[in-house]
Amino acid sequence: MEMKKRWISIFVENEVGVLARISGLFSGKSYNLNSLTVGTTEDQSISRMTISLTSDEQTFEQVKKQLNRSIEVIKVVDFTDIAIHMKELMFTKVFNCTQHDMTEIFRICKVFDVRAIDYNSTTVLLESIQTETRNDDLIRLLSNSFPNRIEIVRGGSVAIEAISITDR
Amino acid sequence: MQITGAELFVKSLQKENVDVLFAYPGGQAIDLFNALYGQDGIEMILPRHEQALVHAADGYARSTGKVGVCLVTSGPGATNLVTGIATANYDSVPLVCFTGQVPTSLIGNDAFQEVDTVGITRSITKYTVTVRDREDLAMTIKKAFYIARSGKPGVVVVDLPKDIQQAYGSDYYPDTIEIRSYKPNTSVHSRQVKKAIDILHDAKRPVFLIGGGVNIARAGAEMTKLAEKTGIPVVTTIMGKGALPTDHELYIGNLGIHGSYAANSAISNCDVLLSIGTRFNDRITGKVGEFAKNAKIIHVDIDPASISRNIVVDVPIVADAKNAINALLEKAEKLPIEDWMKQINEWKQSYPLVMKNTHMTPQIIIQKINETFKEAVITTDVGQNQLWATQFLELNGSKQMLTSGGLGTMGYGFPAALGAKIGNPEKDVIVITGDGGMQMNIQEMATAVVYELPVIICIMNNGYLGNVRQWQEMFFNKRYSSTCMRHRKSCPSPCSTPGNNCPEYTPDFVRLAESYGAKGIRVEKVEDIVPALLSAKKNSKSPTVIEFIIEREENVLPIVPPGSPLSDMIMESKE
Repeated sequence: MEMKKRWISIFVENEVGVLARISGLFSGKSYNLNSLTVGTTEDQSISRMTISLTSDEQTFEQVKKQLNRSIEVIKVVDFTDIAIHMKELMFTKVFNCTQHDMTEIFRICKVFDVRAIDYNSTTVLLESIQTETRNDDLIRLLSNSFPNRIEIVRGGSVAIEAISITDR
Repeated sequence: MQITGAELFVKSLQKENVDVLFAYPGGQAIDLFNALYGQDGIEMILPRHEQALVHAADGYARSTGKVGVCLVTSGPGATNLVTGIATANYDSVPLVCFTGQVPTSLIGNDAFQEVDTVGITRSITKYTVTVRDREDLAMTIKKAFYIARSGKPGVVVVDLPKDIQQAYGSDYYPDTIEIRSYKPNTSVHSRQVKKAIDILHDAKRPVFLIGGGVNIARAGAEMTKLAEKTGIPVVTTIMGKGALPTDHELYIGNLGIHGSYAANSAISNCDVLLSIGTRFNDRITGKVGEFAKNAKIIHVDIDPASISRNIVVDVPIVADAKNAINALLEKAEKLPIEDWMKQINEWKQSYPLVMKNTHMTPQIIIQKINETFKEAVITTDVGQNQLWATQFLELNGSKQMLTSGGLGTMGYGFPAALGAKIGNPEKDVIVITGDGGMQMNIQEMATAVVYELPVIICIMNNGYLGNVRQWQEMFFNKRYSSTCMRHRKSCPSPCSTPGNNCPEYTPDFVRLAESYGAKGIRVEKVEDIVPALLSAKKNSKSPTVIEFIIEREENVLPIVPPGSPLSDMIMESKE
């Protein structure tokens, strides 16, 4: 069966141990988890998780059912077939930059819609809020241009259902 | 009124109508035990080990339908529960287990007898929680009982730090509870029922496959009616056995890797399979791709996650078994399937479950148990004793079998029987166990004696861990690796054949029983079986151990080899 990257969002009770329950479900049942983000919602008693996993269709059905049967899970939303807005925060530091590198980096910022948010004469820090795929592209570009001179931290994606926009 | 957490704990048990508490004390639970002292209404049972304690609560719950309640201390008290929790949860047994915990101020300090109980039990429970605020105590306990007994029943662990037990707070205990994230669905979708009925009515070779869910829903009588109304024959898993009386003309037998020839053949050849309350575990399907290959499958289960996980089904029905059976009963009609029934009866007659009667076989022993006891709860251990019991026990409305089906926990049978006897003092309670499994919780002989629980413990002693030995014989070229219970330092190594020179068995079960103040009988001949059972039955104040000395290399047959389809059964041992 086709292995595919899939996204779901779950509403959970904002309680001690819920993150362990959910991540434990993935490891215990050998589901292939790519990323998981969690934060509180407008209701302080509810947290929302955005989860990315790679699986075949049958396993994906099972994942949703297993999440649903966890006592602490209030609702599971499958993002497969609905319009959503999804972004990931990524910080990138580039070290040992020459003047020429700096010019190049600021050009990349402009084209990729990335902000330089911190800086000294040799190092620059970029903040990128993009889709996961665009962040992947950016990493590829920066690794090629500045090999072994970059440091990356990524936050995992968060997503929400779209209002009027129909594409993803 | 302001009362301590411990006092509220006792009040909550009373409000939940808990009449038996399986409890083992310790430092971090001492306040709870203090609050329980002197109260009446809750009978306190003190087993000799926490693992046996939780199995006893499990046996009590399975045999009475009530929630089994455990109380132990922190650390080792909690970790000793783990096997029993997993056993019960796997078989959907409702338990609430209270564990003591170090004070909240010490949690995380590696304090004495501190373990992360919630972390350890998370993957083997339905719900597990530490109470961190005295204000949450009443609601958490209410929630625990509700979650344990509703929907697909299971185990809930409530971890109680010592300071919460001691803290004063409200004495209020709620009568009801609403959990926004937990709304089990038990009602039946009528469109799905109609689809199922349409498929069923077109069937030429239909079979009902009944799992443990039907017994948990206590829907045996309804299931029998449904079988009789439609005339459709019934196959059971070992957990579903007894849902239909085993002597019923529509009952074929158990399926699976030790199922009967007729049952496995019926499954392999049916054109419609209506399955209720089973998750198509690998022990019943054999090779998955070949399972009921030409059949349309209708699957009733209370747990959506059990549907289309192992076997893809055509019509899923998420519902409580009893509700679903009643809905099917309303619409179902008699099917003209005489030819199919004739075929099944031919299979039954040509290949009955039978052991060669040249000596005292487990089959004969179990048949004598069938004949001697009318109203009974029979527990089994795990291994060959269990498989023989599931093959040969006759069950009906007044006889129930308790067995560890999902986890397959050796050591389950004896302590579970103690819980069953406590819950059913008027019934005979019989343990069918092996010499291996009996020794895993043998310390409970003391519990049985001091609480005057006259359970009848039938040990099938072959001096081997017989089920593994059978696999070693059949699939590992008779390399009996670590399965001989009579093996001693002086034995030749390796050894693959029992003989006259084998060392004496230890312990001597008869003298061991006597040393505990119980009765011990050794049976080596067929004619001594019934007198031993009758003598045990008469012994109404203390347990009786009957040690049956059986053939050392007796096998469980038929058997479907690992990885094979159900139609590939090995019917006889190689001589």
